[in-house]
Amino acid sequence: MAVKDSTQPVPGTYLFDGKMAKKGYGLNKMCYSFNEQTARDEFNKDPDAYCAKFGLTEKQIKAIHDRDIIGLLQEGGSIYYVAKFAGLLKLNMQDIGAIQTGLSLDEFKALLVKNGSGEA
Amino acid sequence: MANIIGAVTTSHIPAIANAMANKQEDTPYWKPFFDGYPPVRKWLNEKQPDVIVLFYNDHGLEFFIDKKPTFAIGVADEYHNSDEGWGIATIPPVTGESELSWHIANSLVEDGFDMTICQEMKVDHGLTVPLSLMWPGNNYGHVKVIPVCINCEQHPMPQPWRCFELGKAIGKAIESYDEDITVAIFGTGGLSHQLDGERAGIINREFDIECMDKLVSDPESLTKYSNLDLVKIGGAQTVELNMWIAMRGALRGKVTELHRNYHAPISNTGSGVLLLEHEMPSK
Repeated sequence: MAVKDSTQPVPGTYLFDGKMAKKGYGLNKMCYSFNEQTARDEFNKDPDAYCAKFGLTEKQIKAIHDRDIIGLLQEGGSIYYVAKFAGLLKLNMQDIGAIQTGLSLDEFKALLVKNGSGEA
Repeated sequence: MANIIGAVTTSHIPAIANAMANKQEDTPYWKPFFDGYPPVRKWLNEKQPDVIVLFYNDHGLEFFIDKKPTFAIGVADEYHNSDEGWGIATIPPVTGESELSWHIANSLVEDGFDMTICQEMKVDHGLTVPLSLMWPGNNYGHVKVIPVCINCEQHPMPQPWRCFELGKAIGKAIESYDEDITVAIFGTGGLSHQLDGERAGIINREFDIECMDKLVSDPESLTKYSNLDLVKIGGAQTVELNMWIAMRGALRGKVTELHRNYHAPISNTGSGVLLLEHEMPSK
């Protein structure tokens, strides 16, 4: 279900470049802060206040609320920092993969097995 | 003279450390992966290299995008891991080797590689998982590690050819170090995978195996790829191949493959391990 985005050279892929790094700076800075347990606690206590502290845009706040991984990437999130947000939600890389591809967790794991075996 | 005796490549996925901590090595999912490691551990225990130069990428523990070094080198006596956002268990500190690190840093800048030189740097799973894998029980404190960090997160990233040249310059620096020590080079990360976007889940087994072949016999051919080529062929994070290419650049003498294993998927990636023996180039 790769989407067409004329600004991206590889469909279904959000290259984290200067444009994205600028757009997503506050969002990524917030997610980077989740390296610390105290930051995770503060976020969990009041997500909106914590997002405001880092100056997130409305679209970014909505994507955080909706746990919309693709939305976070489109709004400039780097997968490494988005992964820390996902970690806070207790989601692992297969969970995130399933969310992004629109597959169930089992379907996504089956996709990995298929791709890993070279059948694809 | 310092002697580069060989090299190891390995995956560095956080899930590997979790599997070890939870004693899952013999489960059907993990066994084909962990079965690739005993020969490498045996070689390391027999050869006892004094120093490991380890190429890895930071995934947002030490380096944020406020200041993102393209190439960084640690010159500290000790490095620490930290909670990376998941509340992971604390592991013992990693021992550094300041003198050779500074020698390499001096030589690199002299040769036109303008490194970020770090006296303090937290090291993430990219560096620690390979050490935990090679020395189970996190018994890696005796070996001195020199971290070399390559930006694999934010474009523009150094291209494969440039990473190969960095490796060559590090090999040259080690060769010119006037102490009688042995060094092994680690290239970590990869191989094909994509974590982000609707295209998440890509693995290219055929390409991974071809890369492992070429890494041994024809590494120059891998330097013809651009980072964008790697993204297209193997997925967005396939750029981690750059750490393997840098490792291979450091081996300027005769290279012999002693062992390999490839298994996919582990987590979302194709996981390769290579053990290479190296004879120093003749002077």
